[in-house]
Amino acid sequence: MLGKTTTTLLASVLAAGVAMPALADKASGTLNVAFTKELENVDSYFNSSREGVVLQRAIWDGLIYRDPETNEYVGNLATDWEWIDDTTLEFKLREGVTFHNGEAFNADDVVYTVNFVAKEESGVKTQRNVNWMESAEKIDEYTVRINLKDKFPAAIEFLSGPVSMYPDEYYAEAGPSGMGLKPVGTGPYKAVEVTPGQHFVLEANENYHDSPKGQPEIEKIDIRTIPDVNTQMAELFSGSLDLIWQVPADQANKLATMDQFTVANESTMRVGYLQMDAAGRSGENPFTNKLVREAVNYAINRQELVDALLQGASKVVYTPCFPSQFGCNQDVTEYEYDPEKAEELLAEAGYPDGFTVDFYAYRDRQYAEAITSYLNAVGIQTNFNMLQYSALRELNMKGEVPISFQTWGSYSINDASAMVSQFFKHGSLDSTRDDQVLEWLDIADSSTDPDERVEYYTKALQRITEEAYWAPMFTYNTNYVFKNEVAYTPTPDEVLRFVDMSWN
Amino acid sequence: MLTFILKRLGLAVLVAVTVSFISFSLLFLSGDPAAALAGETASGEDVEALRRLYGFDRPMLVQYGDWLFSALQGDFGESYYFKLPVASLIAERLQVTMTLGVCGILFALITAVPLGVVAAIRPNSIIDRVALFLSVAGQAMPSFWFGLILIVIFAIQLGMLPPSGADSWRHFIMPTIVLGYYAMPAIMRLTRAGMLDVLNSDYIRTARAKGAGESRVLFKHALRNAIIPVVSLAAVQMGFMLGGSIVVESVFALHGAGYLAWESIARNDLPTVQALILVFSMFYIVFTFLADVLNAWLDPRMRSA
Repeated sequence: MLGKTTTTLLASVLAAGVAMPALADKASGTLNVAFTKELENVDSYFNSSREGVVLQRAIWDGLIYRDPETNEYVGNLATDWEWIDDTTLEFKLREGVTFHNGEAFNADDVVYTVNFVAKEESGVKTQRNVNWMESAEKIDEYTVRINLKDKFPAAIEFLSGPVSMYPDEYYAEAGPSGMGLKPVGTGPYKAVEVTPGQHFVLEANENYHDSPKGQPEIEKIDIRTIPDVNTQMAELFSGSLDLIWQVPADQANKLATMDQFTVANESTMRVGYLQMDAAGRSGENPFTNKLVREAVNYAINRQELVDALLQGASKVVYTPCFPSQFGCNQDVTEYEYDPEKAEELLAEAGYPDGFTVDFYAYRDRQYAEAITSYLNAVGIQTNFNMLQYSALRELNMKGEVPISFQTWGSYSINDASAMVSQFFKHGSLDSTRDDQVLEWLDIADSSTDPDERVEYYTKALQRITEEAYWAPMFTYNTNYVFKNEVAYTPTPDEVLRFVDMSWN
Repeated sequence: MLTFILKRLGLAVLVAVTVSFISFSLLFLSGDPAAALAGETASGEDVEALRRLYGFDRPMLVQYGDWLFSALQGDFGESYYFKLPVASLIAERLQVTMTLGVCGILFALITAVPLGVVAAIRPNSIIDRVALFLSVAGQAMPSFWFGLILIVIFAIQLGMLPPSGADSWRHFIMPTIVLGYYAMPAIMRLTRAGMLDVLNSDYIRTARAKGAGESRVLFKHALRNAIIPVVSLAAVQMGFMLGGSIVVESVFALHGAGYLAWESIARNDLPTVQALILVFSMFYIVFTFLADVLNAWLDPRMRSA
């Protein structure tokens, strides 16, 4: 929130050679971490922040686990599963697992959790994570079936991600508020202290089951919320923090020159793109013309944006999804930077002198401004509007946004449906409204045959890129900075996994 | 004096209700609360579900009426973001902000009033110039920059104080200085100007002519009158510090009510914002009321005002 001029102040002063106390916490076994944003409720169904996902993976387990490296699904709280039919999944549960409060894990817990979260009235924050489930039923003590509302092949991905298993007895009594203050799961870490939004202390679960997540090595994780990145860096220098993440590139570069820190950069699933009102929801506008949309695609030098601004592990993309996502085929129409061609296309579309349009953005102002300068260069003049996300989304839902720079992180779900189906299936945020794309995505989203899914996602993606409905541009990255005593290799899904960390 | 107090109290209540209604209306004009509530990752359908769940589809006046009725019974509802009762959330955060605000205003008064008095007694002296320099610097320096400088010097280089947090009294030293220093210049200049004005007035000359000692002239006669506008200013500054300590709270990771207000506005956490506006405006009203009473005590002529 603070001025850019000061963001480098601390790094500059410190890089100049300031004496620092060496206060490694390896000896105490406590890893001190900072969150930038105040995390709302720790109950993983009642928050939608990245910090919440981090705690969710530490405190709770899902039935299935996806290896972040190989993207392979393996059993976690379930040992085995099979599709009984297109809308029924049966799970064999792991025996001998206990929750942090001593409650034994069995089919009742799965049934309770699923039946609670699947109901809209429960108020689960990100409905999409759970609203594909109808109910769950107990077959026996360690066998359970989840009934789906409709065909939903991404079920396995969701069950390996945001769908955590809760203890039925405890949750029935504590509810989301109680769970938020005293979280209880089966995960590798148990929460021992929760001050909402400010301070979380986790301790290794010494009874952790034989999970594919591995066993926790670091005994204690102390997480404090420190909103200002400069203060986080000061804490890092003064020795009271061991690990910070989401560090801006300029500061990470400075820190990388110092011996006592490791700077790791890894991509995230967030994709930056230009959304254009191809459906003409905001009234007759230039973007209803395919030639104009193509011109926009040709006008932007994506590689230059990545090299100059995003840096790190960011990559150019032409698809409206993240390349590792299942079904996100990269064999699509690519628009290389060609401003002259853009100008020709604009002239052909009837705009030889270009036009002026309202341009909206909600984050990363510097990226948005760079993008508008590319557009200006080919004759598309922009009235730049930087809005709060809620305000922009409201306009978007009403269909009043001709062109906007937006981003989407897919909740770290490694399936194309988490992004492409979100925006191209005639929902309130779909500015395209292409019936053909809708039809193909419906097939891809509901087929249980992986090959068929890939085939139809590919068709949809090819049509979306061929019609230049959007101008997808780049993927994001995150910088993790930690003391050399800490060993950690970040994964491309931007989930900070404490269970994968150890001391050097 | 009692009539004066009762009149002021009635006015205070009226102001509080008006403020709560205006702020309630403004919040509804600032954007779709359901969209903000749903967060960045939710779909349009998630937003619609939340709108129904929280009753944002009802008329605004009905929502205000419900809120006021509950608020009068001490129930400010549940924070949409934290899923906790707003009353306990604010109570917890206010402890930090109150501590910071009280320490800050005390720091400002303890440094500003003596400096202002000395500067007025010796106009254009070294002390006067130093005081003037401090006041210009205090107003020119952004709080976050000053805060970071203090952190670099005292937390990192000297290792004397913790850089952030609110676990002990030592955590409050730097934030108090930063916040207090922000309020100090105005108080000091007003004290100086008031003292200069009063010291040149007829009744001070009369007091001196009657042979009153210099310290009696200064503190009994001059300061008592010069301090009247300072009391009002300090009350307003105190109110400002409680609501406006956002930057200081952010830099020092103090998690007080000011930062909570800022974050809650960004998140459209309506119950929290509404309660905070009411609480902050109540503080303003109470401080202004206390300042009026104190001033009326200092200067009886004001009681008829």
